[in-house]
Amino acid sequence: MEAPAATTIDPGSTAWMLASSALVLLMVPGLALFYGGMVRKRNVLNTMIMSFVAMAVIGVQWIAFGYALAFGKSVGGLIGWEPDWFFLNGIPHTKLYADKGVPELVFVMFQGKFAIITPALISGAIAERMRFRSYLVFILAWATLIYCPLAHWVWAADGWLFKLGVLDFAGGTVVHVAAGVSALVLALKLGPRRDVARGAPVLPNNLVLTLTGAGLLWFGWFGFNAGSAVAVETPVAGFVAGLAFATTQTAAAAAGLTWVLVERWHHGKVTSLGLASGLVAGLVVITPAAGHVAPWAALVMGVLASAVCYGAVQLKSRLGYDDSLDAFGVHGVGGLLGAVLTGVFCFTPVTGLLHGNVSQFGKQVLGAAVATVFAGLGTWLIATVVEKALGSLRTTDQVERDGLDIAVHGERGYHFDQV
Amino acid sequence: MKLITAIIRPERLEAVAEALAEVLDEGDNYRLTVDTVEGHGRQEGEIEIFRGRRIRSRMVQKTRITIGVNDTYVDKAVEAIVKAARTEGGGAVGDGKIFVVALEDAVRIRTGERGGQAI
Repeated sequence: MEAPAATTIDPGSTAWMLASSALVLLMVPGLALFYGGMVRKRNVLNTMIMSFVAMAVIGVQWIAFGYALAFGKSVGGLIGWEPDWFFLNGIPHTKLYADKGVPELVFVMFQGKFAIITPALISGAIAERMRFRSYLVFILAWATLIYCPLAHWVWAADGWLFKLGVLDFAGGTVVHVAAGVSALVLALKLGPRRDVARGAPVLPNNLVLTLTGAGLLWFGWFGFNAGSAVAVETPVAGFVAGLAFATTQTAAAAAGLTWVLVERWHHGKVTSLGLASGLVAGLVVITPAAGHVAPWAALVMGVLASAVCYGAVQLKSRLGYDDSLDAFGVHGVGGLLGAVLTGVFCFTPVTGLLHGNVSQFGKQVLGAAVATVFAGLGTWLIATVVEKALGSLRTTDQVERDGLDIAVHGERGYHFDQV
Repeated sequence: MKLITAIIRPERLEAVAEALAEVLDEGDNYRLTVDTVEGHGRQEGEIEIFRGRRIRSRMVQKTRITIGVNDTYVDKAVEAIVKAARTEGGGAVGDGKIFVVALEDAVRIRTGERGGQAI
């Protein structure tokens, strides 16, 4: 049942949505720093630009047709189709979004930041070896053919998963499962980095950048999650936004703490990267649940996220695939766990397994499974077509040895030795 | 004239510089060139933990000192470096190495002086 459309603007909610949109965008440079610090010196710029360039590429795609595909009038719950909205024509700046009292253009921007960061997350798995041109074509195709439909299914009022009652507060399935699973598929398709394959030590160039990035991610995530109250409550800046803010903080803290404790037990050291990885895992796991669970549940979810993701990250060297910066290990695994645990702990607007609601748990599993299969198969298809069309997904062996910064971009990240 | 190249632990640089000053400084400052180098001898690279995996780097960071000295100062300089760079309690793997090679000539760029005077 649709709520009546809003007729007056709600300044408080509009202000919060404007701020949230900017916060989510800040996560993209945050991600660039987070990833950029973990690669070798010769690839720092290439790794960072892979996140930054999504702001440019998807930033245009979203305005041109992305929003119309994700949130336009539904075609059978499968995809939006609203040619009037191409280039945001047909959305006057005085139009309010649904029943929210927030300008639709603000909602367009808020959703656009999610569309930007999601493909950027994938870049962590293929860092230090993907051909830049193939990456650009891939993320444009992925955002259009995977992200837009999935966002429509889960978040649009007529999307088939939304109608089914699958909960995904801020993008556990649409963002993290989709990006994480796609990251794994793309990493498998590309194969391991040459130095990883031959067992050479691969060490991060600057963990100071990584920690800075992790801090920005945590900060930005408050917009990501608490801003997502736009989907469930009027006014937007209300009780659910407050709940999401509290659970986000709680899960990140619990997960950061858990990761370093596990690491202390495993290797006898508390590492800075461990703390950063843990808090990100906590932020990922709480994303689908933020406005649906209580803070105590967020605490439990954070602990579980780090325990499980730590294991998943260790698994990659055993299984032999090279997910360079653990995009799957943290985002894919954390996203799946979060989507499923949402069905255990949720209490608003519906209850979960803990209150005996088995069907909600089933719906969550279904949502996670659909996102996994769709993103996995879709990525494999897109990557195969891009490979055929452009010749290769991977850069040449020589470029990989020289580093992508100088070979692809004609720049070096550091000139510390020069006066 | 000899050219002395000493590869030492970075944390020993201060002690080595002080010891060299005692034997080389004739009231007009002695000369010393220092740079940071990487390499390995018998000492293995340090272990880092990267996302729960232990990774040993192949190279160890060291400090390299280069000084040119006149023949009468060679033994004194070498002894000073050995004394200051050796780990307390009889030394340890990784303390470093000193190379002494014959030095053909030296030129002070400012004045054009050559040989022992220019050192």
